[in-house]
Amino acid sequence: MARQWVCLRIAAMGGIAAVVLCLTACGDRSNSGNAGTPRAPNSIQNKGSDTMVNLALAWAEAYARVRPDVRIAVTGGGSGTGIAALINGTADLANASRQIKVEERVEARQNGVEPVEHVVAGDAIAVVVHPSNPVGRLTIPELSAIFSGMIKNWNEVGGDDRPIVLVSRESNSGTHVYFLETVVRQGKSGNTTLFSPDTLLMPSSEGISSEVRQNPNAIGYDGLGYVTPDQKVLAVSRGPGSPYVMPRADTVSNGTYPVARSLYMYTAGEPRGALRSYLDWIESVDGQAIVRELGFVPQQ
Amino acid sequence: MVGSKKEWLIEALIRASGLSAIFFVALIFAFLLREGAPVFFKVPFANLFGSRWYPTEGFFGTLPLLLGSLLVTLGAAAIALPLGLATAVFIRELAPDWAREILKPLIEVLAGIPSVVLGFLGMTALAPLVRQYLNVPTGLTAFTGSVMLAYMALPTIISVAEDAIDAVPKEYRDGALALGATRWQAIWRVVLPASRFGVIIAVMLGIGRAIGETMAVMMVTGNAARVPHEWDALFHPVRTMTATVAAEMGEVAQGSLHYQVLFSVGILLFVMTFLINAAASAFMIRGDRRRGGRLMG
Repeated sequence: MARQWVCLRIAAMGGIAAVVLCLTACGDRSNSGNAGTPRAPNSIQNKGSDTMVNLALAWAEAYARVRPDVRIAVTGGGSGTGIAALINGTADLANASRQIKVEERVEARQNGVEPVEHVVAGDAIAVVVHPSNPVGRLTIPELSAIFSGMIKNWNEVGGDDRPIVLVSRESNSGTHVYFLETVVRQGKSGNTTLFSPDTLLMPSSEGISSEVRQNPNAIGYDGLGYVTPDQKVLAVSRGPGSPYVMPRADTVSNGTYPVARSLYMYTAGEPRGALRSYLDWIESVDGQAIVRELGFVPQQ
Repeated sequence: MVGSKKEWLIEALIRASGLSAIFFVALIFAFLLREGAPVFFKVPFANLFGSRWYPTEGFFGTLPLLLGSLLVTLGAAAIALPLGLATAVFIRELAPDWAREILKPLIEVLAGIPSVVLGFLGMTALAPLVRQYLNVPTGLTAFTGSVMLAYMALPTIISVAEDAIDAVPKEYRDGALALGATRWQAIWRVVLPASRFGVIIAVMLGIGRAIGETMAVMMVTGNAARVPHEWDALFHPVRTMTATVAAEMGEVAQGSLHYQVLFSVGILLFVMTFLINAAASAFMIRGDRRRGGRLMG
């Protein structure tokens, strides 16, 4: 008699477990597509650019000493991810190493979000090669021809007889998009040139560094803050006749280095409360001191 | 409750659990289809099976991805098959008992190394060596990916092949030796052909594992979406389907065309793996019937 009851109980528990499993699997729709799950007033979700993720982390950690009551969660994922999260309400502050696209603005408005842009730092994109590469400077037209695959050998630009190996970030990276528009397409808006299909798309900055530092054939690009001392940085000029300029904080600030960009943070509407204070702090002297420490260019 | 009713209840529960596995696989496939199938109506086939993959600019050619995955997998099979088979033969036929006791757990350890670690090792250690010694422009090639994948598929191949060889009846070996064959002749001409079903299954399972591998190939194959068209395409960079989905899924807007194309790539992967595993199962059943149920030991 006792054994039958045990069996019945096991069967009943199994049945209940199955039902509970189904309910949790089918019922959890609270996070899909709604504009904003309400969060604590002093918590900030900061998401976006991988270029800016170290900077955002440094800011969050420093700000925690100024305002310990405010909790800031920082994640990367790429500029596109950050803006998408801002649009669907899962982030309060989106980091972007490129400006928001027209299509993204349209989608934001459809979701009831009006993105507001804040320029928080400047960044130089350094073009890097192996230290043993004799080439020390290139023009933007030459870089465009190299990265679109038209120039395939280093001896065509004054180097050794070696094949050129192109190293780049993935196509969802803001850095990639910026380089495509500014260097490969030479800043011309109607231009549809693309990176060569032989370009190695590395999943991270470490992937780029790892290839450039040990492959004498390689040429790559990345934010200046991510370039390690064992890579050689090239001087870049806008074109034949323009001076060759090395990327540094001062050449970015005075606009002489041609491959420089602003780094942005986007909010949904004008920021208020804790978010407003955070952004004010970022744009203050204290926040900008951290910008300089990490190899980016502080705003004047 | 009478004994037979209890019996029926337990049988029903077990049957439900077994069916639930099929149910979940079908559910996954249905989800993939729902998200990815619209692509076949929205994107013209010339684009979808074209040779340029640049989704942020509207080029959705999946051909380089397909061929990249195939190339890396076939290379891995070519490396892992002889190596795995030789190891299985060694463990079962030639190694002394003490060696067998050490080797078998070591091979299980091989299976436990995370693929990210292998990818990192490949990127920092193997790729420079490939570039220097094989005289190629860059060490991030399909070949490097194949080596890493072979390493990952080896434990599967070795275990299954070893079981297959073990299932060959002792009478076969004894008969061969009694007829005057050397040990090698007995292995090569009697034992291996007798276990060929199991060996084929082992290779198929290994290949199935290799096709689905993501992290390691993402770090060592260079992710260049090019169609391999040279005779030495193995020594050029490629981009696999798995690496593409992993690298790009994070940033796509949900429901966008790019998102749906990535799901269609997922469908492709699912179908390929499913077919390979189904073929392996078919072989297993067929071999089992012929051998009176003693194929897998």
